Amino acid sequence: MSGGGKTIRVDYLARVEGEGGIYIKLKGDQVQDVQLKIFEPPRLFEAFLRGRHCSEVPDITARICGICPIAYQMSAVHAIERALGIEIDPAVRLLRRLFYCGEWIESHALHIFMLHAPDFLGYPDAIQMARDHRGTVEQGLRLKKTGNRIVTLMGGREIHPISAAVGGFHKVPSKTGLRSLVEDLKWALDASLSTARLVAGFEFPDFEQDYEFVALSHPDEYPFNEGRLVSNRGLDIDAAQYEEHFTEQHVKYSNALHSYLRGRGSYLVGPLARFNLNFSRLPEIAQQAARDCGLALPCRNPFRSIVVRAVEMVFACHEALRAIAEYEPPAAPRVEIPGRAGVGSAATEAPRGLLYHRYEIDERGIILLAKIVPPTSQNQKRIEDDLRHFVPGLMTRPAEEITLRCEQAVRNYDPCISCATHFLRLKIDRE
Amino acid sequence: MKDKPRIAVFKFASCDGCQLSLLDAEDELLGVAEAVDIVYFPEASRTMLKGPYDIGLVEGSITTHHDAGRIQQVRRQCRTLITIGACATAGGIQALRNWKDVDEFVRVVYATPQYISTLKMSTPIAEHVPVDFELRGCPINKHQLIELITAMLAGRKPNIPAYSVCIECKRRGTVCIVVARGVACLGPVTQAGCGALCPSFDRGCYGCYGPMESPNTGSLTNQFRILGQSDQQISQSFRSYNAWAWQFRKASEECERA
Repeated sequence: MSGGGKTIRVDYLARVEGEGGIYIKLKGDQVQDVQLKIFEPPRLFEAFLRGRHCSEVPDITARICGICPIAYQMSAVHAIERALGIEIDPAVRLLRRLFYCGEWIESHALHIFMLHAPDFLGYPDAIQMARDHRGTVEQGLRLKKTGNRIVTLMGGREIHPISAAVGGFHKVPSKTGLRSLVEDLKWALDASLSTARLVAGFEFPDFEQDYEFVALSHPDEYPFNEGRLVSNRGLDIDAAQYEEHFTEQHVKYSNALHSYLRGRGSYLVGPLARFNLNFSRLPEIAQQAARDCGLALPCRNPFRSIVVRAVEMVFACHEALRAIAEYEPPAAPRVEIPGRAGVGSAATEAPRGLLYHRYEIDERGIILLAKIVPPTSQNQKRIEDDLRHFVPGLMTRPAEEITLRCEQAVRNYDPCISCATHFLRLKIDRE
Repeated sequence: MKDKPRIAVFKFASCDGCQLSLLDAEDELLGVAEAVDIVYFPEASRTMLKGPYDIGLVEGSITTHHDAGRIQQVRRQCRTLITIGACATAGGIQALRNWKDVDEFVRVVYATPQYISTLKMSTPIAEHVPVDFELRGCPINKHQLIELITAMLAGRKPNIPAYSVCIECKRRGTVCIVVARGVACLGPVTQAGCGALCPSFDRGCYGCYGPMESPNTGSLTNQFRILGQSDQQISQSFRSYNAWAWQFRKASEECERA
């Protein structure tokens, strides 16, 4: 990577102080290099999981992300259950879908209203936005709270909930307990529909990319915890084959590993991929909401991901209501962990996209090897590719606007390093 | 009118969960934002104003040379500095490296270890700079956070008890799972604050709020042995989210040597 005679790249590293950033190198109007930099200090989870008992893994991996702990818990328990040949009760399966609905609603509401909408409406943050759009922000906070209520009721608290366990849950909710959520969820379903209409009215840059979308796909339902890994270019594999098809690369400027599809390059995970690959499995109310918002299949404008998130919120509220209506408590909250060795992998759909875990476990239940591939590292390369194609169309705009638009383009992906991506300083290096 | 107090939120090595607690205070957030000026909070805002700040909330532990320098600057800018969460107050789960060879850890995770710059230890903020208040928890309790900010602004002592989780269990009427069912539970040595969640979900406390004031870890270790746990298992139970808090660290090392 030549910086020519300039050493701006190094200066930049010193100034961003541990946060993330974008670096773009131009020659004339040609983009020569784009780097999404992640300075989040490494915490080395895969290393210290070795030697811990597999029953601890859902609690430990939750600590990777305070915004999507349930995703980590779900990928962990499913991978370990596959390693040990544990079959879960159908009621547990339903509860896990409900648990995930809570996280999707909470996380999508956070991103739509507090992180992404300010870009479209021209505010630095939701608090400033509330001065002019109080009702909208209050609706967002109440939606977020509704998602958090599901998580808290099922898991004790919204961040790092404590109920998820290998084989099931430590404790399952009562039918009466779950019914107490129904009124809020009915409100949230309506509020999600109005959110979809609201965000569909935002102005979107005219920008489309020919993405390879990757998501789970299940024959009967919109995916959370199960299904095959598919893409719009013919990928169709079990999670156990993930590492045959995807590879990670360590680049010097980022502490997050870059993922690639072997022989094909970058790909996209998250709401856009799920929506495009699983539209027919959405309930009618969510399909109709998408049509009313003018979302055509496939949606290839990443800026419209905010609309897709709202449609997924409609789905999650609807799905939560369905799960609560169908719920009968399981005979036992969880299946005991058998004393056997094994290797297992699983992928589930975190709010931001596919989250892959693999564990090798010995007969005492001790973790010998752990591998975790989060959605943000899978999207990292794709985010850079978006910027590479997006920036040339902006060259005539003032520097401040270019910076803002590039930040917005990164926020399209709702990266899990949200604090880092809210700290982006655009450095344009012109030769 | 008196200027509103200026609040800043800083992040070091962490999961973001503790600062997210502020945004998770859905009912209080807009009220808090009216009472104070949140002038530096990158997770929530593009606006990032320079110090000095009246209150600095610090999340995360120190794991890089760079961050060890940055926390000194942060301290100089904050009149009151509050650390939030197990990473900031005890080094967090990433402090498990403190007993291992960090270079080997990096090799396990990264293909090109020489790209990674990291310290051998993950340490709490108070090992680097003076801290005015440490708010415990993995994650913190958002109601305790609001109480703490309110108390700081009013110039009174925050009502944040240092007694054990056992008191909270008694208060909510949870039958003791150690006595009744023989489940290993760190509640007797762990500081209250979570509301004694785990025992109410039929599982033992795993210590995410760190050691209570003067915990009797020796006695609990003996109890765990009576319940049939090996010294290695007991050592690991003290070594999780608050592993580097000295009372838990001492207890885990004693089991390791036993």
